[in-house]
This record gives sequence, C-alpha cells and structure tokens, in this order.
Amino acid sequence: MTMLALKNVSKSFGALTVTDDASFEVPEGQALGIIGPNGAGKSTLFNLITGNLRPDEGSIHFQERDVTKVSAMERCLTGIGRSFQIPQPFEKLTVYENLLVAATHGRNLSERDVRDDCAEVLERTELIKRANTPAGQLSLLERKRLELSRAMATQPKLLLLDEIAGGLTEGECQALIRTIKDIHAQGVTIIWIEHVLHALTSVVERLLVLDFGKVIGLGDPDEIMASKEVQEIYLGIEV
Amino acid sequence: MIWVDTIIQGILLGGLYALFAAGLSLVFGIMRLVNLAHGDLIVMGAYLMLVLVTLLGLSPFLAVFIAMPLMFVLGWVLQKFLLNRTLGDDILPPLLVTFGLSIALQNALLEGFSADSQRLPTNALTTASVDVGPITLGVMPLLTFASAVLVIIGLNQLFYRTELGRAFRATSDDATTASLMGIKPANIFATATGIALVIVTIAALYLGLRANFDPNIGPARLIYAFEAVIIGGLGSLWGTLLGGIIIGVAQTVGAAVNPEWQILAGHVAFLVVLLVRPRGLFPRAND
Repeated sequence: MTMLALKNVSKSFGALTVTDDASFEVPEGQALGIIGPNGAGKSTLFNLITGNLRPDEGSIHFQERDVTKVSAMERCLTGIGRSFQIPQPFEKLTVYENLLVAATHGRNLSERDVRDDCAEVLERTELIKRANTPAGQLSLLERKRLELSRAMATQPKLLLLDEIAGGLTEGECQALIRTIKDIHAQGVTIIWIEHVLHALTSVVERLLVLDFGKVIGLGDPDEIMASKEVQEIYLGIEV
Repeated sequence: MIWVDTIIQGILLGGLYALFAAGLSLVFGIMRLVNLAHGDLIVMGAYLMLVLVTLLGLSPFLAVFIAMPLMFVLGWVLQKFLLNRTLGDDILPPLLVTFGLSIALQNALLEGFSADSQRLPTNALTTASVDVGPITLGVMPLLTFASAVLVIIGLNQLFYRTELGRAFRATSDDATTASLMGIKPANIFATATGIALVIVTIAALYLGLRANFDPNIGPARLIYAFEAVIIGGLGSLWGTLLGGIIIGVAQTVGAAVNPEWQILAGHVAFLVVLLVRPRGLFPRAND
C-alpha cells in the first residue's frame, strides 16, 4: 500500500513559490529522507503533509485516501505524527505527562487507555528514568527524545521527523539513530528531514532532494549523494 | 488570650478572602486573564442565591448547589463568546472588557435589586458557635475556612491528578503547542472560567451569610482577592490561601488596635509584602 502520495502539489506565499509541483510517493514501511539547502521548502512540505498548510494546487493522499481538505487534527487522528525542528515540550509538565497529553488528545482516548502505551514508548526511547522529571529540566538529547516520544505516543502510521539530530554530539546522535532505527523496525513509515547526512543515510532507504521547492532528485541514497547535480546544488561543490 | 482570639478570627476570615481569590487565581494562572469583574460576579452570585432562596423558599445551603451549575454555564458562555476574543499578546483588551463588564453588572444589579442592602437569611447554624478551651469560634467562620481549604485541595487535585488538569497546565504552558496536540484552548479556557464561577458561588454564599451586600461592593471584594493572589504569588493556590490569611489577620489585628484601622491594616500588610517580596511568597519559577 502507498502510505503517502503527493500529486503535483504547489504552494506559494505571495510571489515566493515554496513548493513547486512536487510529486512523490512513500510506500508503507519505508523510510524516506529529505535533504536540501536552507529555504528549499522542506518544513513547508511537512506542514502541507500534516495539514497545517493547505496547498494552492495538487492533492495529498494518505493511505490512498485524498486528505487534501482534511484538517490537521483529523490527519493526526488518522495516523500522521510529527516532531518539531525546535523541541516544544510543555516545560512544567513531567515527561510522562507530556506524553499523556499528546496521547489522549492525539488519539482521542481517555488517560486510562493510554497510560501503558505511554510508559512503553518511554521505555523504547530510553526516557523511562526521566518520566517524572519536568520537561524543562531535560538535556538537549533528552528533549529530542521527548519530541520523538511525543510523536510516537500518538501511535502514528507515518512519522515525520524535522531535523531531530541537529545540535547533538556524535555520541548522542548515534544513540538517537538507534532509537529511530528501532521505531522504523516496528513498521512505522518515516519521512525525515535532516542536515546531518550520515545520520540520515544510516536509516533511510530512499532520499529526496528539494531545491527552490522543486523535487530535483529521488532514489537510492548512495546514488543521489553521488550525483553531480546534487553535489552542485546541495553541497555547493563545483564539479 | 484576646490576641490569640483575634489572630484565630483573622485566620478564619482569611478563608473568605481566599475563596474570593481562588477563582481569580485559577483564571489568571491558566490564561493570564485579569478579570476585573470578579468581585461583581461574586455579588451577582449572592443575588442569584437570594432569588433562589426567596422564590423557592430554600435554605442558602441548598440554593448554592442550584446556583453552582448555573454559574458554571454563565462562566463557560462568558469566556467562550466574550473573553476569549480579548485574549492575545496585548493585555489591555481583557482589562477594558472586564472593566466594562464590571460596570454593566453593577448597574444591572442596581436596576434589578435597587441599592438597598440585602442579606441571605440566617438560621440557627449561622449564629452557632463552639467553645475550644477559652476561645469561642463561630460555626460560620469555621465552615468558611474549611470550604476554602477544600476548594484549594480540590483545585490542586484537579490540576495535578486529572486529564482535564493536565490539559489546563499544558494550555497554560504553551497554548499553540497544546492546540497542535489536539487540545482546543478556547474550550479549555471556557471550562476554567466555568470552574472559577463555581468557586465564586461558594464565596458568594459565605459573603451573603456573613454580612450585608449591595450592588456596589464588588470592586472592594476584587481588591481583597487581588491582594491575596499577589501576596501568595501569582498562580500558586496554597499561596493564595496564605495571602488571604495574611490579609484577614492584619484586618482583625488592626481592628483590635483601633476599629477604624481594620481595612487600612489589610492594605498595609499587602504593601509590606510587596516591598519585601515583590513577586509574592510563592512565585512560580518563570513567569
């Protein structure tokens, strides 16, 4: 089954075209990486997929259903979860409470029904020891893990990760990659925007390159990274 | 022994001020809304119970249970359709709108009930007292204080033990992120104001039983409530109770020294706390 399909999606803010006729598909269970220079429209693409933005043209299909006009809330309930580039936890709530809030409201269930699931997510993302710590006291890696956990607590079928590895040390980055690999191994479809390329290529099966809102490459990560066009545009190397 | 008695009376009076203040504290804590009509809403609650008592011949202690859901609905509607529209980065619109609401409420009550002062009917219970050693305590002040403590405990339980409470705290922390999680801040705020008006109703019961009220006494109750909230530290519920007690004790001690000093002493105590601890006794970490 195709988990997500974008068909000729365009979005402009005034004269600035941030998504230009983008079309691609993500099969169920795949991990797709998205790269591109700053301002290429990567985060906008996520906002279009989650429903925080509406495309001017084209359509978006989730699990082969047209969701172009479906609200962000309903898309979340049907299984699209995301983490944010800048972690935005509820600072005064504990780690566990942050998950409870995300899970009850993101799945439309009562707290009693999600308690065990939340504890399980924390176990998997190695945050269980910090469960009762206010989120404001977490380290950067822990905040990233919380961001990931919170997205996982909504039990997404499709998980969108926005620059989750940014700002971490190499060791922390490896720890986070392990967790993401583990989540991917559970069968969750992942789309991951990342500047830390080695983190990305160690997880994803396909790579998509975005430049000025256009999809300029899509395929095997090694081939994409080796292509002349990508090196020129993305890495700024004269080839 | 007269001083011990004075201080205990002051502490019990503080319970009434804490009841005035708890709703104000709740609303401010969740949505940073300063409700200048809070005192007038208390007075309105007292009139609502007066109507119930007069029309249905109920005891005030029964009338309060009918008034509470009515006031909850009023608070919910008020927040959802009026006050939510005033919330934003600018703090002025809520102040202006609630100030206007205060004037409108006062005049509506004046029109409906005249300027004559009223009182909820008292019975044997309201004048009863108990002797504790050499000190005689009124049953009403004891009930008032116990109610205040129960309200504070109840609110703390609600905040830290329930799903709704977590939604309150999450929205208070970051309304934008909360809405991304699927929480609807507009409804959360409406529920919070509804609960605040339930507490207002309890405060109104004791206000109406303790002394006379007329349509113009709201703003003075608002000042006591404000002072209690600020002494305690904005957003801290136990702090609000302590703030109420400090004002209550200051007032009774002031009155014991010179009856003219009762009100003044309360305000002076407030100013002293403000001088020594400008952010209150239990300020929240980062506001």
